[in-house]
Amino acid sequence: MERYYQPEIETASPEQIKAWQDEKLVKQVRHVWDCVPYYRKLMEEKGLTPNDIKGRDDLHKLPFLSKYDLREAYPYGLMGAPLKDCVRIQSTSGTTGKRVVAFYTQHDIDLWEDCCARAITAAGGTNEDVCQISYGYGLFTGGPGLNGGSHKVGCLTIPTSSGNTERQIMFIMDLSATILCCTPSYAAYLGETMKEMGLTPDQIPLKAGIFGAEAWSEEMRQSIQETLGIKAYDIYGLTELSGPGVAFECSAQNGMHINEDHFIAEIIDPETGEVLPDGTQGELVFTSLDKEAFPLLRYRTRDVCVLSHEKCSCGRTHVKMCKPRGRTDDMLIIRGVNVFPSQIETVLLNQGYPANYQIIVDRVNNTDTLDVQVEMTPEMFTDNLGEITSRQRELVDGLRSMLGLTAKVTLVAPKSITRSEGKAVRVIDRRKI
Amino acid sequence: MSVKQISVFLENKPGSLLKMTQALAAHQIDMRAFSLAETSDFGIARLLVDDVIATSTVLSDAGFVSSLTPVVAVEVPDVPGGLNQVLESLAEDGVNVEYMYAFVGKGAGAYMVFRVADTYRATATLTARGIKLVDQEQLEQL
Repeated sequence: MERYYQPEIETASPEQIKAWQDEKLVKQVRHVWDCVPYYRKLMEEKGLTPNDIKGRDDLHKLPFLSKYDLREAYPYGLMGAPLKDCVRIQSTSGTTGKRVVAFYTQHDIDLWEDCCARAITAAGGTNEDVCQISYGYGLFTGGPGLNGGSHKVGCLTIPTSSGNTERQIMFIMDLSATILCCTPSYAAYLGETMKEMGLTPDQIPLKAGIFGAEAWSEEMRQSIQETLGIKAYDIYGLTELSGPGVAFECSAQNGMHINEDHFIAEIIDPETGEVLPDGTQGELVFTSLDKEAFPLLRYRTRDVCVLSHEKCSCGRTHVKMCKPRGRTDDMLIIRGVNVFPSQIETVLLNQGYPANYQIIVDRVNNTDTLDVQVEMTPEMFTDNLGEITSRQRELVDGLRSMLGLTAKVTLVAPKSITRSEGKAVRVIDRRKI
Repeated sequence: MSVKQISVFLENKPGSLLKMTQALAAHQIDMRAFSLAETSDFGIARLLVDDVIATSTVLSDAGFVSSLTPVVAVEVPDVPGGLNQVLESLAEDGVNVEYMYAFVGKGAGAYMVFRVADTYRATATLTARGIKLVDQEQLEQL
């Protein structure tokens, strides 16, 4: 039987959700107008006042916010509550050189933790579970968010944070952890390590995993589910909006329910900013509905996504988003073909390569070149040159059928691809266009 | 009777072979034999050394991927037809040679190293024909 953390909210009728959103949006816009001069100015430039926003149907009139605005307004420019009411900040890793600092009142943290509790419950979690949080704790939202959600559900929470794989596995085994929360790549790594230690899926006590904070493919889900013997659920979020839990997967495992009582999602054309109808692929835009310290109206995520209002087998009524299909800012156009690094990752994982890769795009004699660099691993290596080159050819063929492009595959020395703490640098575009 | 060859993955770019020999030199590893197979972007160095375990550790600490492969080391009579006689034996018994390379010992002997699909069979065939094979212990003394 499907469990819900807040059933009356999660299974509310579309009319009820619309009514909540209408009412909350009006209040949120008024709050922003009163407390965030930066956004008030953007509204004034469009000739808008809070009176122009009477409900969700007026949302499209409001100006967008982007990472650019967050950087401009850094650090306090978008804060919507007086300092005396704010109790916490969280911050992004800043891999793109744009550190985002988000603020929280106690109310904001409560709502955020509720969202995470819904995700844990949707993954089958109850107060009988032992939930190991292997996301980083600290400025990163992963650890604190799921930690709070796990407390709300009543799980016995193991705050291992990230790293120290041996200790992670010791806790999973000794304390019989049943739910694991971490990034999908770390889950895959834990799985591989446990396999090497000779642990079979039926010896591993885990039954579910909640994995997010980075893009992962359906193939990766299958492989994690098999090695750990669990159900793997996706979770979505942005520090700007609170953190993980903005949307989460349910038992249907085919898209994430957006917590529509806290956020309105829109899909827009990234070029024109025009709102696109349901089922159309475009850029995902979020509006917070009841945040105090860091309210954001029409925040452009750069995530390419599709929304679906189709009825879900789990009984939840909130709109579903697909896994982000890439970013409006990491889509590569190579020889006229749209390429998402996630597609390349899918092929690599399908063929048993590690997720450590780098994509180098260049332009030689007016033609784009695509070089996929993969690190040699002890598993792939043999003393037989022919075997290695034929695997290389298979990879080239696999990439061609996925992308419709011929890529060069280069095998490089282990650990030669730079690793950053957290998110890896996947794409190097050397073209001067 | 086979000996252990260490195969090492190398990128085909300036300095990558040097990086390997530096690591080996720093740890006083003595190479008995060395050969290189390459494509345009990577190569495989194949080594016979005095201390296999130490070498594997040194290489892995220096960040190289390597593997151990059993190969057959044969003392080849240094006379016309010496190699021919060894190959005849292998061919007659249907043993396919994947690759081979040669080295000389500190004394007068000449040696060939064979990578074959079936090491056990190759060893039996050659021994039956009175061809002298080198084992790991002897290799360390060469």
